[in-house]
Amino acid sequence: MKKNTNWEYAPAPEAAKIAKIAKRYDHFINGKWTPSQSGKTFRTINPATGRKLSEVADGNDADVDAAVKAARAAYEGLWGKMSGRERGKYIYRIARLMQERAREFSIIETLDGGKPIRESRDIDVPLAANHFFYTAGWADKLEYAFPNRNPSALGVAGQIIPWNFPLLMAAWKIAPALATGNTVVLKPAETTPLTALKLAEIIADSGLPEGVVNIVTGAGTTGAAIVNHPDVNKVAFTGSTSVGKFIQQTIANTDKRVTLELGGKAANIILEDAAIDQAVEGIVNGIYFNQGHVCCAGSRLFIQESVYEEVIWKLKSRMRTLVVGDPLDKNTDIGAINSKEQLKTIQKYIQLGQEQGGDMYQPTCKLPSAGNWCPPTLFTHVTQSSVIAQEEIFGPVLAAQSFRTVPEVISKANNTPYGLSAGVWCDKGARLFQLTTQLDAGVVWGNTFNQFDPASPFGGFKESGFGREGGLHGLAAYLEM
Amino acid sequence: MNRLEILKTYKLYINGKFPRSESGRYYTPEGADGKALGNICQSSRKDLRESVRAARSALGTWAPRAAFNRSQILYRIGEMLEGRRAQFETELKRQGSSAASASKEVENAIDLAVYYAGWCDKYQQVFSAVNPVSTSHFNFSVYEPVGVVAAIAPEQSALAGLLGTILPIIAGGNTCITLASNSKPLSAITLAEVLATSDLPGGVVNILTGDRKELLPVFATHMDINALVASDLSTTRVAELKQASTHNLKRIVIHQSDLSKQEDPYVILKTQEIKTTWHPIETSIAGGGKY
Repeated sequence: MKKNTNWEYAPAPEAAKIAKIAKRYDHFINGKWTPSQSGKTFRTINPATGRKLSEVADGNDADVDAAVKAARAAYEGLWGKMSGRERGKYIYRIARLMQERAREFSIIETLDGGKPIRESRDIDVPLAANHFFYTAGWADKLEYAFPNRNPSALGVAGQIIPWNFPLLMAAWKIAPALATGNTVVLKPAETTPLTALKLAEIIADSGLPEGVVNIVTGAGTTGAAIVNHPDVNKVAFTGSTSVGKFIQQTIANTDKRVTLELGGKAANIILEDAAIDQAVEGIVNGIYFNQGHVCCAGSRLFIQESVYEEVIWKLKSRMRTLVVGDPLDKNTDIGAINSKEQLKTIQKYIQLGQEQGGDMYQPTCKLPSAGNWCPPTLFTHVTQSSVIAQEEIFGPVLAAQSFRTVPEVISKANNTPYGLSAGVWCDKGARLFQLTTQLDAGVVWGNTFNQFDPASPFGGFKESGFGREGGLHGLAAYLEM
Repeated sequence: MNRLEILKTYKLYINGKFPRSESGRYYTPEGADGKALGNICQSSRKDLRESVRAARSALGTWAPRAAFNRSQILYRIGEMLEGRRAQFETELKRQGSSAASASKEVENAIDLAVYYAGWCDKYQQVFSAVNPVSTSHFNFSVYEPVGVVAAIAPEQSALAGLLGTILPIIAGGNTCITLASNSKPLSAITLAEVLATSDLPGGVVNILTGDRKELLPVFATHMDINALVASDLSTTRVAELKQASTHNLKRIVIHQSDLSKQEDPYVILKTQEIKTTWHPIETSIAGGGKY
């Protein structure tokens, strides 16, 4: 009898049919779908196929002005006067509506952004809904979060979010703003506007008063219009460090409050006594999660010399099992790179890494012909000075280095302008806490990586930005105290 | 001919089920209109012991649950209450409330559920602490549920007062046995139907009806009840309870205020223990980063 030795996964695509995507989306301003005053639109593309998903309104100054006016009116009107308890009830409704439509949101997130359905279904969408649910409860409890301060809202919050976690970032921005009594003008990223617009549908269904949340779509100029609008009281931005610095410069001579959640170059540190198999899983999750389009990705790997060979060998063998391809397939580990432009950036860094003496490893994998793809990539023999160990690549590219002692790895890990996150793998608690104490990062994961929870604050040290999102501390960014 | 109405049999709520009292006893409280509210179970000490067993066993699934999950379940209680407003109002009116106060009490009860739902995953953040000890230790104090709690419901506020008593207890991961209002027991048993359909595991809340004077000493002396919460007891009765409960140093919590009106996270802390953990932090001479 001939044995079947072909153990490849059979295709297991999620049914895309249940996702309803309109041919065209307008801005969501003052509770109404409003076309761009310029009449201009742009296309949003499925990065896995290159095909157009929908046409989206391209916002200009006038659109942003209308949105800010609506937000201001809502703030001065019903919303600003509403009790925390009633505000909280609206946010609970949004959470529940999102839970009810979770699968549809996951599919659209995957279609529009290229991330594996397994991630959007199990991580992005439930976390977003939970974020609303968790934050809702704070609305009438703010006096306990900040005792003796009688906290009050700031006014209109202008929020600009990136394309790597489109719905989750919208939740991180909108939920705390509403719970604290602010109104919102939010701009999703130009490559991934759809789930934010679907969120607008939910917001309309929830009965939230008109103008409390406004969503304006567009690219950088639309974002600039929000940042520059004189009637915006607070700017919340998640994105690159260069844009974050530009925003800080732009509003320096205003009273606008700002929080910035920017780039990172996280160290993922493997000590010799770590559980190696678990650490390898953690390395893979740290860098290849969401195609490496993660600001807190563990993109710098530090392995203690005594286990270096073993870790690299196991890592390479694990990389060979990663499934790259159709993001809608439930077996896919690494989906499509979010845009052509981003793919070019990643390829440029891979080129540079090789030129600067790094040894590149990529498992052979069949990549689909259409769309934007990059196999999981590992560089060994990387030096501290090499560009791929210093700059944020925002792709599935890992730079590995070795170390001998704990003080050595702490100084190497901290030798970066960034300070968003770090990971430590170590069997000894006392040593693990030594590292978490001394690493300059806003979030440090011990024997885990890329762990998120609505109750846990997130945000960076140094040039990774300032302010925190989530948890109790995330509320402070939207309060006058 | 007119259709004949089906009347509800009011029973107990133990371990997620609706049994009658094992004793077979009943009492017949009267409503405001002088008509009987129904034949209500008069629970025995054996019913109480059965409830404690259920509560103790449910503690193993309820206390370790993610606080967020408890939060969703309490919110679900609010959702179920909202859907049954009419029924609760009717029963409150039978028990003597005016239409307006019945409606207000139900709204109050729903809002309490939403309020304490929010606290499930927040009181820990607000009240626990990282303690700056002088040695190289990571030292932190967190709240843990005290365990199985007896909750003596207020006699007058049959729904909101009952929820105001129960919710802070279960929000903090405890399980409880509650003794409903003796003269107004209908709301408690209908609340049991809400709890049974809110994803709350069986045994987390057990509801008994019966005679306070008979059951209070049994609650107080039971060795597997960790705390007793009550609100409208006379000073003499409180002293008796404190005396009777010394065997296992049961925590006796007597609320002075009307719990139906009290939205207060400190009430949650009344049925919590504080646990402090010391964990070493290794030190090395050469530091990294900033120093």
